[in-house]
Amino acid sequence: MLDGNRPLDWAYRLFVYGLGGLAIAFMVAPVAVGLAMSFTAGQTLKFPPDGLSLRWYSALLDPEQSGPIHTAILHSAQIAVLTVLGAVLVAAPAAYGVTRLKPAASAAVEPLMLAPLVLPSLVYGLAALIASGRVGLSPSFGLVVFGHIVVFGPLMYRSCAAITQRLDPSLEEASALLGMGPFRTFLRVTLPLMLPGILAGMFLVFMQSLDNVSVTLFLADARTTVLPLRMFQMIEESLDVRVAAISGVLIGAVLLCLIVSWKALEPKRQG
Amino acid sequence: MNRNGLPFLLPMLALSLAGFLVPLALLGVFSLVDTAGSPTLDNYRRLFADPFILSVLVDTLGLGAKVVALTTVIALPIVLLYWHAGPKMRRVIVFLTLLPMLTSNVVRTFAWIVILGRLGPVSQAMVELGFFPAPRSLLFNETALVVVLAQIELPLLVLPVIAVMTRSDGSLAAAAATLGAGPWRVLSTILLPMMAPGILAGWVLVFAGATTSYVTQSVIGGARLIYLPQFVYREVGVLFNWPSAAAAAFVLLAATSIVMLAMTAASRHPRLAGHA
Repeated sequence: MLDGNRPLDWAYRLFVYGLGGLAIAFMVAPVAVGLAMSFTAGQTLKFPPDGLSLRWYSALLDPEQSGPIHTAILHSAQIAVLTVLGAVLVAAPAAYGVTRLKPAASAAVEPLMLAPLVLPSLVYGLAALIASGRVGLSPSFGLVVFGHIVVFGPLMYRSCAAITQRLDPSLEEASALLGMGPFRTFLRVTLPLMLPGILAGMFLVFMQSLDNVSVTLFLADARTTVLPLRMFQMIEESLDVRVAAISGVLIGAVLLCLIVSWKALEPKRQG
Repeated sequence: MNRNGLPFLLPMLALSLAGFLVPLALLGVFSLVDTAGSPTLDNYRRLFADPFILSVLVDTLGLGAKVVALTTVIALPIVLLYWHAGPKMRRVIVFLTLLPMLTSNVVRTFAWIVILGRLGPVSQAMVELGFFPAPRSLLFNETALVVVLAQIELPLLVLPVIAVMTRSDGSLAAAAATLGAGPWRVLSTILLPMMAPGILAGWVLVFAGATTSYVTQSVIGGARLIYLPQFVYREVGVLFNWPSAAAAAFVLLAATSIVMLAMTAASRHPRLAGHA
Protein backbone atom coordinates (compact mmCIF):
# COMPACT_ATOMS: atom_id res chain seq x y z
CA MET A 1 0.00 0.00 0.00
CA LEU A 2 2.91 2.28 0.70
CA ASP A 3 4.65 2.07 -2.64
CA GLY A 4 1.86 1.96 -5.20
CA ASN A 5 3.31 2.91 -8.54
CA ARG A 6 5.07 5.98 -7.32
CA PRO A 7 8.63 6.37 -6.14
CA LEU A 8 9.09 5.54 -2.47
CA ASP A 9 8.65 8.42 -0.14
CA TRP A 10 11.62 7.85 2.12
CA ALA A 11 10.67 10.51 4.63
CA TYR A 12 7.29 8.89 5.14
CA ARG A 13 8.80 5.41 5.45
CA LEU A 14 11.30 6.67 7.97
CA PHE A 15 8.52 8.38 9.91
CA VAL A 16 6.29 5.30 10.02
CA TYR A 17 8.83 2.51 10.43
CA GLY A 18 11.68 4.35 12.15
CA LEU A 19 9.74 6.53 14.56
CA GLY A 20 6.96 3.94 14.89
CA GLY A 21 9.46 1.36 16.05
CA LEU A 22 11.08 3.83 18.45
CA ALA A 23 7.69 4.88 19.83
CA ILE A 24 6.71 1.28 20.49
CA ALA A 25 10.07 0.74 22.21
CA PHE A 26 9.38 3.82 24.37
CA MET A 27 5.96 2.42 25.25
CA VAL A 28 7.20 -1.06 26.20
CA ALA A 29 10.71 -0.41 27.57
CA PRO A 30 9.64 0.52 31.12
CA VAL A 31 7.83 -2.80 31.46
CA ALA A 32 10.97 -4.65 30.35
CA VAL A 33 13.10 -2.56 32.73
CA GLY A 34 10.73 -3.29 35.61
CA LEU A 35 10.91 -7.00 34.91
CA ALA A 36 14.72 -7.04 34.51
CA MET A 37 15.25 -4.94 37.64
CA SER A 38 13.45 -7.54 39.76
CA PHE A 39 16.28 -10.02 39.14
CA THR A 40 19.06 -7.74 40.36
CA ALA A 41 21.68 -9.10 42.74
CA GLY A 42 22.53 -5.61 44.00
CA GLN A 43 21.27 -3.48 46.89
CA THR A 44 20.43 -0.48 44.71
CA LEU A 45 18.34 0.35 41.69
CA LYS A 46 21.45 0.39 39.45
CA PHE A 47 20.42 -0.47 35.91
CA PRO A 48 21.57 -2.51 34.10
CA PRO A 49 22.14 -4.57 37.28
CA ASP A 50 25.64 -5.88 38.07
CA GLY A 51 24.43 -9.42 38.60
CA LEU A 52 21.31 -11.52 38.55
CA SER A 53 19.67 -13.29 41.48
CA LEU A 54 16.33 -14.17 42.97
CA ARG A 55 17.20 -12.61 46.35
CA TRP A 56 14.49 -9.93 46.23
CA TYR A 57 11.88 -12.51 45.37
CA SER A 58 12.88 -14.57 48.38
CA ALA A 59 12.90 -11.42 50.52
CA LEU A 60 9.40 -10.73 49.24
CA LEU A 61 8.25 -14.25 50.09
CA ASP A 62 9.76 -14.20 53.59
CA PRO A 63 6.83 -13.71 55.98
CA GLU A 64 9.06 -12.25 58.71
CA GLN A 65 10.42 -9.40 56.58
CA SER A 66 7.49 -8.85 54.28
CA GLY A 67 4.45 -9.51 56.46
CA PRO A 68 2.92 -6.03 55.87
CA ILE A 69 3.34 -6.49 52.10
CA HIS A 70 1.56 -9.86 52.28
CA THR A 71 -1.32 -8.24 54.19
CA ALA A 72 -1.56 -5.50 51.57
CA ILE A 73 -1.56 -8.07 48.74
CA LEU A 74 -4.29 -10.02 50.51
CA HIS A 75 -6.44 -6.89 51.00
CA SER A 76 -5.97 -5.81 47.40
CA ALA A 77 -6.89 -9.26 46.10
CA GLN A 78 -9.96 -9.43 48.34
CA ILE A 79 -11.09 -5.96 47.26
CA ALA A 80 -10.53 -6.81 43.59
CA VAL A 81 -12.44 -10.13 43.80
CA LEU A 82 -15.39 -8.55 45.63
CA THR A 83 -15.41 -5.65 43.17
CA VAL A 84 -15.49 -8.07 40.24
CA LEU A 85 -18.40 -9.99 41.81
CA GLY A 86 -20.30 -6.79 42.54
CA ALA A 87 -19.67 -5.46 39.04
CA VAL A 88 -20.94 -8.69 37.43
CA LEU A 89 -24.09 -8.72 39.56
CA VAL A 90 -24.94 -5.08 38.87
CA ALA A 91 -23.62 -4.36 35.38
CA ALA A 92 -24.25 -7.57 33.42
CA PRO A 93 -28.05 -7.47 33.92
CA ALA A 94 -28.01 -3.74 33.15
CA ALA A 95 -26.24 -4.32 29.83
CA TYR A 96 -29.03 -6.77 28.98
CA GLY A 97 -31.86 -4.59 30.28
CA VAL A 98 -30.73 -1.58 28.27
CA THR A 99 -31.34 -3.46 24.99
CA ARG A 100 -34.96 -3.97 26.07
CA LEU A 101 -35.64 -0.26 26.52
CA LYS A 102 -36.97 2.16 23.96
CA PRO A 103 -34.05 3.92 22.19
CA ALA A 104 -34.88 7.25 23.82
CA ALA A 105 -34.84 5.69 27.29
CA SER A 106 -31.56 3.86 26.77
CA ALA A 107 -29.97 7.05 25.37
CA ALA A 108 -31.00 8.73 28.63
CA VAL A 109 -29.71 6.14 31.10
CA GLU A 110 -26.48 5.09 29.34
CA PRO A 111 -24.50 8.29 29.92
CA LEU A 112 -25.49 8.17 33.60
CA MET A 113 -24.23 4.62 33.97
CA LEU A 114 -21.01 5.30 32.04
CA ALA A 115 -20.24 8.63 33.72
CA PRO A 116 -17.91 7.21 36.43
CA LEU A 117 -15.55 6.02 33.65
CA VAL A 118 -14.68 9.48 32.40
CA LEU A 119 -14.87 11.61 35.54
CA PRO A 120 -11.64 11.90 37.51
CA SER A 121 -11.86 9.15 40.13
CA LEU A 122 -10.01 11.32 42.61
CA VAL A 123 -12.96 13.71 42.66
CA TYR A 124 -15.25 10.75 43.18
CA GLY A 125 -13.12 9.48 46.06
CA LEU A 126 -13.51 12.78 47.89
CA ALA A 127 -17.24 12.94 47.09
CA ALA A 128 -17.80 9.41 48.35
CA LEU A 129 -15.89 10.18 51.54
CA ILE A 130 -18.04 13.25 52.23
CA ALA A 131 -21.30 11.43 51.39
CA SER A 132 -20.49 8.37 53.49
CA GLY A 133 -19.58 10.63 56.41
CA ARG A 134 -23.03 12.23 56.09
CA VAL A 135 -24.77 8.87 56.55
CA GLY A 136 -22.52 8.00 59.46
CA LEU A 137 -20.05 5.66 57.73
CA SER A 138 -16.37 6.05 58.31
CA PRO A 139 -13.67 4.79 55.92
CA SER A 140 -13.48 1.01 55.88
CA PHE A 141 -12.76 -2.06 53.78
CA GLY A 142 -16.43 -2.28 52.75
CA LEU A 143 -16.50 1.34 51.65
CA VAL A 144 -13.47 0.78 49.41
CA VAL A 145 -15.24 -2.16 47.74
CA PHE A 146 -18.38 -0.05 47.28
CA GLY A 147 -16.39 2.79 45.74
CA HIS A 148 -14.58 0.41 43.39
CA ILE A 149 -17.87 -1.12 42.23
CA VAL A 150 -19.25 2.35 41.45
CA VAL A 151 -16.14 3.42 39.54
CA PHE A 152 -15.32 0.16 37.72
CA GLY A 153 -18.83 -1.30 37.29
CA PRO A 154 -19.19 0.74 34.08
CA LEU A 155 -16.18 -1.11 32.61
CA MET A 156 -18.12 -4.35 33.04
CA TYR A 157 -21.23 -2.68 31.63
CA ARG A 158 -19.40 -1.49 28.51
CA SER A 159 -17.74 -4.82 27.97
CA CYS A 160 -21.10 -6.67 28.23
CA ALA A 161 -23.06 -4.07 26.25
CA ALA A 162 -20.67 -4.55 23.33
CA ILE A 163 -22.15 -8.06 23.09
CA THR A 164 -25.80 -7.52 24.08
CA GLN A 165 -26.22 -4.77 21.51
CA ARG A 166 -25.29 -7.21 18.74
CA LEU A 167 -27.38 -10.15 19.99
CA ASP A 168 -29.95 -11.57 17.60
CA PRO A 169 -33.39 -10.74 19.10
CA SER A 170 -34.93 -13.79 17.43
CA LEU A 171 -33.14 -16.04 19.95
CA GLU A 172 -35.00 -14.38 22.79
CA GLU A 173 -38.24 -14.37 20.85
CA ALA A 174 -37.87 -18.09 20.28
CA SER A 175 -37.28 -18.57 23.98
CA ALA A 176 -40.36 -16.48 24.81
CA LEU A 177 -42.47 -18.43 22.30
CA LEU A 178 -41.40 -21.62 24.03
CA GLY A 179 -42.90 -20.21 27.21
CA MET A 180 -39.88 -18.93 29.13
CA GLY A 181 -40.29 -15.70 31.07
CA PRO A 182 -37.83 -12.83 30.75
CA PHE A 183 -35.74 -13.86 33.74
CA ARG A 184 -35.36 -17.47 32.63
CA THR A 185 -34.63 -16.27 29.10
CA PHE A 186 -31.91 -14.05 30.53
CA LEU A 187 -30.38 -16.86 32.58
CA ARG A 188 -30.63 -19.64 30.01
CA VAL A 189 -30.20 -17.83 26.68
CA THR A 190 -28.70 -14.39 27.01
CA LEU A 191 -26.26 -14.90 29.85
CA PRO A 192 -24.34 -17.74 28.14
CA LEU A 193 -24.05 -15.59 25.01
CA MET A 194 -22.72 -12.71 27.09
CA LEU A 195 -20.01 -14.83 28.70
CA PRO A 196 -17.07 -13.53 26.60
CA GLY A 197 -18.02 -9.95 27.49
CA ILE A 198 -18.37 -10.85 31.16
CA LEU A 199 -14.97 -12.55 31.21
CA ALA A 200 -13.27 -9.63 29.48
CA GLY A 201 -15.00 -7.25 31.90
CA MET A 202 -13.92 -9.34 34.91
CA PHE A 203 -10.32 -9.15 33.79
CA LEU A 204 -10.45 -5.36 33.24
CA VAL A 205 -12.26 -4.66 36.51
CA PHE A 206 -9.88 -6.89 38.46
CA MET A 207 -6.78 -5.18 37.05
CA GLN A 208 -8.19 -1.68 37.57
CA SER A 209 -9.30 -2.39 41.12
CA LEU A 210 -5.92 -3.91 41.95
CA ASP A 211 -4.16 -0.79 40.67
CA ASN A 212 -6.49 1.89 42.01
CA VAL A 213 -5.09 4.55 44.29
CA SER A 214 -7.28 7.62 43.99
CA VAL A 215 -10.50 6.05 45.31
CA THR A 216 -8.82 3.86 47.92
CA LEU A 217 -6.80 6.83 49.20
CA PHE A 218 -9.98 8.47 50.50
CA LEU A 219 -12.14 5.49 51.45
CA ALA A 220 -9.69 3.13 53.20
CA ASP A 221 -9.16 3.16 56.96
CA ALA A 222 -5.69 2.79 58.44
CA ARG A 223 -5.98 -1.00 58.74
CA THR A 224 -7.02 -1.51 55.11
CA THR A 225 -3.57 -1.27 53.55
CA VAL A 226 -3.57 -2.02 49.82
CA LEU A 227 -0.77 -3.04 47.48
CA PRO A 228 -0.39 0.06 45.26
CA LEU A 229 -0.36 2.38 48.26
CA ARG A 230 2.03 0.11 50.14
CA MET A 231 4.36 0.17 47.10
CA PHE A 232 3.98 3.95 46.93
CA GLN A 233 5.05 4.23 50.57
CA MET A 234 7.99 1.88 50.02
CA ILE A 235 9.12 3.96 47.04
CA GLU A 236 8.76 7.25 48.90
CA GLU A 237 10.47 6.05 52.07
CA SER A 238 13.44 4.00 51.02
CA LEU A 239 13.45 2.93 47.36
CA ASP A 240 13.14 -0.62 48.68
CA VAL A 241 14.28 -3.10 46.00
CA ARG A 242 11.47 -5.46 47.05
CA VAL A 243 9.23 -3.12 45.03
CA ALA A 244 11.09 -4.46 42.00
CA ALA A 245 10.19 -8.01 42.97
CA ILE A 246 6.50 -7.05 43.40
CA SER A 247 6.69 -5.37 39.99
CA GLY A 248 8.19 -8.54 38.53
CA VAL A 249 5.30 -10.61 39.89
CA LEU A 250 2.66 -8.19 38.58
CA ILE A 251 4.29 -7.90 35.13
CA GLY A 252 4.60 -11.69 34.98
CA ALA A 253 0.89 -12.07 35.76
CA VAL A 254 -0.10 -9.62 33.02
CA LEU A 255 2.21 -11.34 30.53
CA LEU A 256 0.72 -14.72 31.38
CA CYS A 257 -2.86 -13.45 30.92
CA LEU A 258 -1.98 -11.78 27.62
CA ILE A 259 -0.20 -14.84 26.24
CA VAL A 260 -3.10 -17.11 27.24
CA SER A 261 -5.63 -14.83 25.54
CA TRP A 262 -3.31 -14.46 22.54
CA LYS A 263 -3.29 -18.25 22.12
CA ALA A 264 -7.04 -18.49 22.72
CA LEU A 265 -7.80 -15.84 20.11
CA GLU A 266 -5.35 -17.16 17.50
CA PRO A 267 -7.08 -17.30 14.11
CA LYS A 268 -7.70 -20.93 13.18
CA ARG A 269 -5.96 -22.08 10.00
CA GLN A 270 -8.26 -23.46 7.36
CA GLY A 271 -7.34 -27.12 7.00
CA MET B 1 -43.31 -10.17 24.12
CA ASN B 2 -42.37 -8.32 27.24
CA ARG B 3 -39.96 -5.58 26.24
CA ASN B 4 -39.56 -4.18 29.71
CA GLY B 5 -35.88 -4.07 30.63
CA LEU B 6 -36.24 -1.85 33.66
CA PRO B 7 -36.00 -4.57 36.35
CA PHE B 8 -32.60 -5.57 34.97
CA LEU B 9 -31.43 -1.98 35.05
CA LEU B 10 -32.62 -1.07 38.51
CA PRO B 11 -29.58 -2.23 40.54
CA MET B 12 -27.12 -0.36 38.33
CA LEU B 13 -29.31 2.72 38.13
CA ALA B 14 -29.70 2.76 41.90
CA LEU B 15 -25.93 2.44 42.28
CA SER B 16 -25.27 5.24 39.78
CA LEU B 17 -27.74 7.54 41.49
CA ALA B 18 -27.10 6.80 45.17
CA GLY B 19 -23.45 5.87 44.83
CA PHE B 20 -22.32 8.38 42.24
CA LEU B 21 -24.64 11.29 41.48
CA VAL B 22 -25.70 11.97 45.07
CA PRO B 23 -22.10 12.07 46.40
CA LEU B 24 -21.07 14.38 43.56
CA ALA B 25 -24.02 16.67 44.29
CA LEU B 26 -23.06 16.66 47.97
CA LEU B 27 -19.51 17.57 47.03
CA GLY B 28 -20.93 20.50 45.07
CA VAL B 29 -22.99 21.62 48.07
CA PHE B 30 -19.99 21.25 50.34
CA SER B 31 -17.94 23.53 48.11
CA LEU B 32 -20.62 26.22 48.45
CA VAL B 33 -20.88 26.45 52.23
CA ASP B 34 -18.47 27.70 54.87
CA THR B 35 -17.34 25.74 57.91
CA ALA B 36 -20.40 26.94 59.87
CA GLY B 37 -22.72 25.67 57.13
CA SER B 38 -24.04 28.89 55.64
CA PRO B 39 -23.94 29.37 51.85
CA THR B 40 -20.97 31.24 50.45
CA LEU B 41 -18.81 31.54 47.37
CA ASP B 42 -15.76 32.18 49.54
CA ASN B 43 -14.21 28.76 48.90
CA TYR B 44 -14.01 29.48 45.19
CA ARG B 45 -13.07 33.11 45.74
CA ARG B 46 -10.18 32.02 47.96
CA LEU B 47 -9.19 29.40 45.42
CA PHE B 48 -8.84 31.98 42.67
CA ALA B 49 -7.45 34.76 44.87
CA ASP B 50 -4.58 32.74 46.33
CA PRO B 51 -1.65 32.89 43.88
CA PHE B 52 -0.34 29.54 45.13
CA ILE B 53 -3.61 27.68 44.55
CA LEU B 54 -4.07 29.44 41.24
CA SER B 55 -0.64 28.26 40.14
CA VAL B 56 -1.52 24.72 41.22
CA LEU B 57 -4.64 24.89 39.04
CA VAL B 58 -2.81 26.32 36.04
CA ASP B 59 0.06 23.83 36.43
CA THR B 60 -2.36 20.90 36.58
CA LEU B 61 -4.26 21.92 33.44
CA GLY B 62 -0.96 22.71 31.75
CA LEU B 63 0.39 19.30 32.71
CA GLY B 64 -2.68 17.67 31.15
CA ALA B 65 -2.26 19.67 27.94
CA LYS B 66 1.48 18.93 27.66
CA VAL B 67 0.93 15.21 28.21
CA VAL B 68 -1.85 15.17 25.60
CA ALA B 69 0.45 16.91 23.10
CA LEU B 70 3.44 14.63 23.67
CA THR B 71 1.26 11.51 23.69
CA THR B 72 -0.25 12.53 20.34
CA VAL B 73 3.16 13.03 18.75
CA ILE B 74 4.35 9.61 19.94
CA ALA B 75 1.09 7.80 19.16
CA LEU B 76 0.91 8.95 15.54
CA PRO B 77 3.77 6.84 14.15
CA ILE B 78 2.53 3.85 16.18
CA VAL B 79 -0.97 3.94 14.71
CA LEU B 80 0.43 4.52 11.21
CA LEU B 81 2.68 1.51 11.68
CA TYR B 82 -0.47 -0.41 12.65
CA TRP B 83 -2.28 0.89 9.56
CA HIS B 84 0.43 -0.30 7.17
CA ALA B 85 1.05 -3.61 8.97
CA GLY B 86 -0.24 -7.03 7.98
CA PRO B 87 -2.63 -9.02 10.20
CA LYS B 88 0.12 -10.78 12.14
CA MET B 89 2.08 -7.59 12.81
CA ARG B 90 -1.15 -5.85 13.80
CA ARG B 91 -1.72 -8.43 16.53
CA VAL B 92 1.84 -7.91 17.77
CA ILE B 93 1.26 -4.16 17.99
CA VAL B 94 -1.98 -4.67 19.94
CA PHE B 95 -0.14 -7.06 22.28
CA LEU B 96 2.66 -4.54 22.83
CA THR B 97 0.07 -1.83 23.56
CA LEU B 98 -1.95 -3.93 25.99
CA LEU B 99 1.12 -5.06 27.93
CA PRO B 100 2.01 -1.63 29.34
CA MET B 101 -1.65 -0.63 29.63
CA LEU B 102 -2.47 -3.58 31.85
CA THR B 103 0.71 -3.20 33.90
CA SER B 104 0.00 -1.35 37.14
CA ASN B 105 0.61 2.42 37.09
CA VAL B 106 2.69 2.13 40.24
CA VAL B 107 4.86 -0.53 38.61
CA ARG B 108 5.44 1.64 35.55
CA THR B 109 6.16 4.65 37.73
CA PHE B 110 8.67 2.56 39.64
CA ALA B 111 10.33 1.44 36.41
CA TRP B 112 10.75 5.10 35.45
CA ILE B 113 12.48 5.78 38.77
CA VAL B 114 14.97 3.09 37.75
CA ILE B 115 15.34 4.54 34.24
CA LEU B 116 15.71 8.19 35.27
CA GLY B 117 17.42 7.63 38.61
CA ARG B 118 21.02 8.51 39.45
CA LEU B 119 22.24 4.97 38.72
CA GLY B 120 19.91 4.44 35.78
CA PRO B 121 20.74 3.90 32.10
CA VAL B 122 20.06 7.49 31.00
CA SER B 123 22.28 9.05 33.65
CA GLN B 124 25.06 6.52 32.93
CA ALA B 125 24.86 7.13 29.18
CA MET B 126 25.09 10.89 29.76
CA VAL B 127 28.24 10.39 31.81
CA GLU B 128 29.74 8.10 29.16
CA LEU B 129 29.00 10.65 26.46
CA GLY B 130 30.51 13.41 28.54
CA PHE B 131 27.33 15.47 29.04
CA PHE B 132 27.24 14.95 32.81
CA PRO B 133 30.44 15.22 34.91
CA ALA B 134 28.97 12.75 37.42
CA PRO B 135 25.89 10.52 37.54
CA ARG B 136 22.79 12.42 38.61
CA SER B 137 19.07 11.89 38.91
CA LEU B 138 16.83 13.20 36.16
CA LEU B 139 13.74 12.91 38.33
CA PHE B 140 11.78 15.60 40.17
CA ASN B 141 11.05 18.07 37.40
CA GLU B 142 8.11 18.73 35.15
CA THR B 143 9.79 17.53 31.95
CA ALA B 144 10.42 14.12 33.47
CA LEU B 145 6.84 13.99 34.70
CA VAL B 146 5.44 14.83 31.25
CA VAL B 147 7.59 12.13 29.60
CA VAL B 148 6.61 9.51 32.19
CA LEU B 149 2.91 10.35 32.05
CA ALA B 150 3.05 10.27 28.24
CA GLN B 151 4.40 6.71 28.41
CA ILE B 152 1.79 5.72 30.98
CA GLU B 153 -1.16 7.24 29.09
CA LEU B 154 0.05 6.32 25.57
CA PRO B 155 -2.01 3.08 25.26
CA LEU B 156 -5.17 5.02 26.10
CA LEU B 157 -4.68 7.06 22.93
CA VAL B 158 -3.31 4.28 20.72
CA LEU B 159 -6.10 1.77 21.41
CA PRO B 160 -9.13 3.95 20.51
CA VAL B 161 -7.42 5.00 17.27
CA ILE B 162 -6.58 1.38 16.44
CA ALA B 163 -10.22 0.46 17.13
CA VAL B 164 -11.37 3.06 14.59
CA MET B 165 -8.82 1.82 12.04
CA THR B 166 -9.89 -1.79 12.41
CA ARG B 167 -13.46 -0.81 11.57
CA SER B 168 -12.58 1.16 8.45
CA ASP B 169 -11.33 -0.35 5.21
CA GLY B 170 -8.32 0.83 3.32
CA SER B 171 -9.96 1.27 -0.07
CA LEU B 172 -10.27 5.04 0.21
CA ALA B 173 -6.59 5.47 1.03
CA ALA B 174 -5.67 3.00 -1.71
CA ALA B 175 -7.87 4.89 -4.18
CA ALA B 176 -6.23 8.18 -3.24
CA ALA B 177 -2.79 6.65 -3.72
CA THR B 178 -3.80 5.26 -7.12
CA LEU B 179 -5.02 8.69 -8.14
CA GLY B 180 -1.58 10.06 -7.37
CA ALA B 181 -1.77 11.35 -3.78
CA GLY B 182 1.55 10.97 -1.97
CA PRO B 183 1.66 9.28 1.44
CA TRP B 184 1.70 12.57 3.36
CA ARG B 185 -1.32 13.78 1.39
CA VAL B 186 -3.14 10.50 2.12
CA LEU B 187 -2.25 10.94 5.78
CA SER B 188 -3.56 14.50 6.04
CA THR B 189 -6.66 14.22 3.84
CA ILE B 190 -7.82 10.66 4.51
CA LEU B 191 -6.16 8.94 7.47
CA LEU B 192 -6.25 11.82 9.97
CA PRO B 193 -9.97 12.61 9.43
CA MET B 194 -10.68 8.88 9.67
CA MET B 195 -8.75 8.58 12.96
CA ALA B 196 -10.22 11.79 14.43
CA PRO B 197 -13.02 10.19 16.52
CA GLY B 198 -10.50 7.80 18.08
CA ILE B 199 -8.00 10.59 18.71
CA LEU B 200 -10.64 12.73 20.43
CA ALA B 201 -11.79 9.81 22.59
CA GLY B 202 -8.16 9.12 23.50
CA TRP B 203 -7.43 12.76 24.35
CA VAL B 204 -10.21 12.79 26.93
CA LEU B 205 -8.83 9.66 28.62
CA VAL B 206 -5.23 10.91 28.52
CA PHE B 207 -6.15 14.33 29.91
CA ALA B 208 -8.25 12.84 32.73
CA GLY B 209 -5.53 10.31 33.54
CA ALA B 210 -2.62 12.75 33.49
CA THR B 211 -4.29 15.41 35.64
CA THR B 212 -5.36 12.96 38.35
CA SER B 213 -2.48 10.50 38.62
CA TYR B 214 -1.64 11.07 42.27
CA VAL B 215 1.14 8.48 42.62
CA THR B 216 3.05 9.34 39.44
CA GLN B 217 2.81 13.06 40.10
CA SER B 218 4.07 12.64 43.67
CA VAL B 219 6.87 10.19 42.91
CA ILE B 220 8.22 11.53 39.61
CA GLY B 221 7.41 15.21 40.17
CA GLY B 222 8.82 15.15 43.69
CA ALA B 223 7.71 17.12 46.72
CA ARG B 224 8.25 20.56 45.20
CA LEU B 225 5.78 20.13 42.33
CA ILE B 226 2.21 20.33 43.63
CA TYR B 227 -0.74 19.46 41.41
CA LEU B 228 -4.44 19.41 42.21
CA PRO B 229 -4.59 15.79 43.43
CA GLN B 230 -1.85 16.42 46.00
CA PHE B 231 -3.47 19.73 46.92
CA VAL B 232 -6.90 18.12 47.43
CA TYR B 233 -5.42 15.29 49.44
CA ARG B 234 -3.41 17.65 51.60
CA GLU B 235 -6.42 19.85 52.31
CA VAL B 236 -8.42 16.80 53.44
CA GLY B 237 -5.87 14.48 54.95
CA VAL B 238 -3.58 16.98 56.65
CA LEU B 239 -5.45 20.25 57.11
CA PHE B 240 -9.05 18.91 57.32
CA ASN B 241 -10.11 21.84 55.19
CA TRP B 242 -13.12 20.13 53.58
CA PRO B 243 -14.79 23.10 51.85
CA SER B 244 -11.55 24.16 50.21
CA ALA B 245 -10.82 20.58 49.08
CA ALA B 246 -14.35 20.25 47.72
CA ALA B 247 -14.01 23.49 45.76
CA ALA B 248 -10.63 22.42 44.32
CA ALA B 249 -12.06 19.01 43.38
CA PHE B 250 -14.98 20.69 41.69
CA VAL B 251 -12.68 22.90 39.66
CA LEU B 252 -10.82 19.78 38.52
CA LEU B 253 -14.16 18.20 37.64
CA ALA B 254 -15.29 21.30 35.77
CA ALA B 255 -12.01 21.56 33.84
CA THR B 256 -12.18 17.90 32.80
CA SER B 257 -15.86 18.21 31.88
CA ILE B 258 -15.21 21.27 29.72
CA VAL B 259 -12.44 19.44 27.87
CA MET B 260 -14.72 16.43 27.45
CA LEU B 261 -17.71 18.43 26.23
CA ALA B 262 -15.52 20.30 23.77
CA MET B 263 -14.17 16.98 22.46
CA THR B 264 -17.64 15.48 22.21
CA ALA B 265 -18.91 18.53 20.36
CA ALA B 266 -15.90 18.34 18.04
CA SER B 267 -16.54 14.65 17.36
CA ARG B 268 -20.09 15.52 16.22
CA HIS B 269 -18.62 17.93 13.67
CA PRO B 270 -19.25 16.35 10.25
CA ARG B 271 -15.64 16.64 9.11
CA LEU B 272 -14.38 14.94 12.26
CA ALA B 273 -17.15 12.39 12.71
CA GLY B 274 -15.47 9.71 10.66
CA HIS B 275 -17.25 10.22 7.35
CA ALA B 276 -14.01 9.88 5.43
